[in-house]
Amino acid sequence: MSSERRIRVVVAKPGLDSHDRGAKIIARAFRDAGMEVIYTGLRQTPEQIVETALQEDVDVIALSILSGAHLTLFPKIMELLKHRGLDDILVFAGGIIPKEDIPHLKKIGIAEVFGPGTPTDTLVKFVLENMHGRR
Amino acid sequence: MTNIEQLIDGVLKGDRRSIAKTISFIEDDLPESRKAVSLLYPHTGKAYIVGMTGPPGSGKSTLIQKLVEELRRRGKTVGVVAVDPSSPFTGGAFLGDRVRMQELSTDEGVFIRSMATRGSLGALAKATKDAVKVLDASGKDVVIVETVGAGQSEVEIVKVAHTIVVVMAPGLGDDIQAIKAGIMEIGDIFVVNKADRENVNKAILDIETMLNMNPEKEKWKPPVLKTTAITGEGITILLDKIDQHKKYFEAGAIDTRNRQRVETELVEAIKEKVAESIVDDLKQKGDLDKLVQKILAKEMDPYSAASMLLAKRLEWFKTG
Repeated sequence: MSSERRIRVVVAKPGLDSHDRGAKIIARAFRDAGMEVIYTGLRQTPEQIVETALQEDVDVIALSILSGAHLTLFPKIMELLKHRGLDDILVFAGGIIPKEDIPHLKKIGIAEVFGPGTPTDTLVKFVLENMHGRR
Repeated sequence: MTNIEQLIDGVLKGDRRSIAKTISFIEDDLPESRKAVSLLYPHTGKAYIVGMTGPPGSGKSTLIQKLVEELRRRGKTVGVVAVDPSSPFTGGAFLGDRVRMQELSTDEGVFIRSMATRGSLGALAKATKDAVKVLDASGKDVVIVETVGAGQSEVEIVKVAHTIVVVMAPGLGDDIQAIKAGIMEIGDIFVVNKADRENVNKAILDIETMLNMNPEKEKWKPPVLKTTAITGEGITILLDKIDQHKKYFEAGAIDTRNRQRVETELVEAIKEKVAESIVDDLKQKGDLDKLVQKILAKEMDPYSAASMLLAKRLEWFKTG
């Protein structure tokens, strides 16, 4: 193992819901897949998430949300990412997100939305397949 | 301006994106990362570097958050490098130190970077020193480095920091007793965090006892402080002590430590270059495999092989 490049992922929980088990499971799965996971914890504001992504120079942002506030929070996050010149980061979401909201979320740049209980292998595979050559 | 020069220019201006990208550049060991460090070097040496070390569960991250908040109140800008271990099997890492510091993310005067050890055998990532240089060059007044807290290998922090703070907590098992000698000798300030717990006075006594067993090398007597990071108790005193040590350090009293630091860095850089030059040559000629086979067949041992290679390379330098 050398100091070579690793995929860096932010796992964030925007908004006020406090169920972080899913987020932690994902974080561990990504670590086991050889990625460096910056786990930011609960109650993140869009500004905090984007600023973290910038300072940590991440390749991926994984958003976990169960509160139903995705339609307000996600557009704000995507807007901030664009504004800071970070729109080449791969952003995807998981948790409780109604199917009818998914097309809209994809339109604003969320690459994929995964339902609860999605096997972590699927998520890992998704990231590996969608890694843009960012650096 | 080349890409690197643009990046460095951004760092010197304090541009956060440039800082982040430059740290990644160096961390990934890209071909021109040495050049990036060279360009930064003349602009380093202004930041004061504080190392925070100690066993997991002692509350280092929470303590750092409170320290940063206090430093900000005192008008200082701060960089934080938080190091966590990479899995030796998967190469991945769970970098969770930021969780305790997230409120600081949106403070313009604070820059936090999480780093994984990535193949480095110690408590610091190989690129930690360079990440500190980037934050230094970007104009941060103070840079705090949080180590893994892995025990013996924490002494590496001496190579990076001016003041080393060792953070412990009562009730972490036999921890105080089991603290390796190395840590007791490198700590400039000792902190018993979670001082609201039982046995805090015993912990302080244990540390003081162990410290008294150290030979007196310098005029600085490491103080043992009490903090309760969650409430913020003891933080201002800790910062005042760090300030005190800083004055002691800058008064030239530990010029030797600075010298040692630079010397170590130089020697390591030389070793790296020499090894690189020899191994690259071997690989190019296709001889690395042959040599490995010889050693496997016990026709040679690795050390004689290395001596022979060095002798050959020196010859080459003379004639080539």
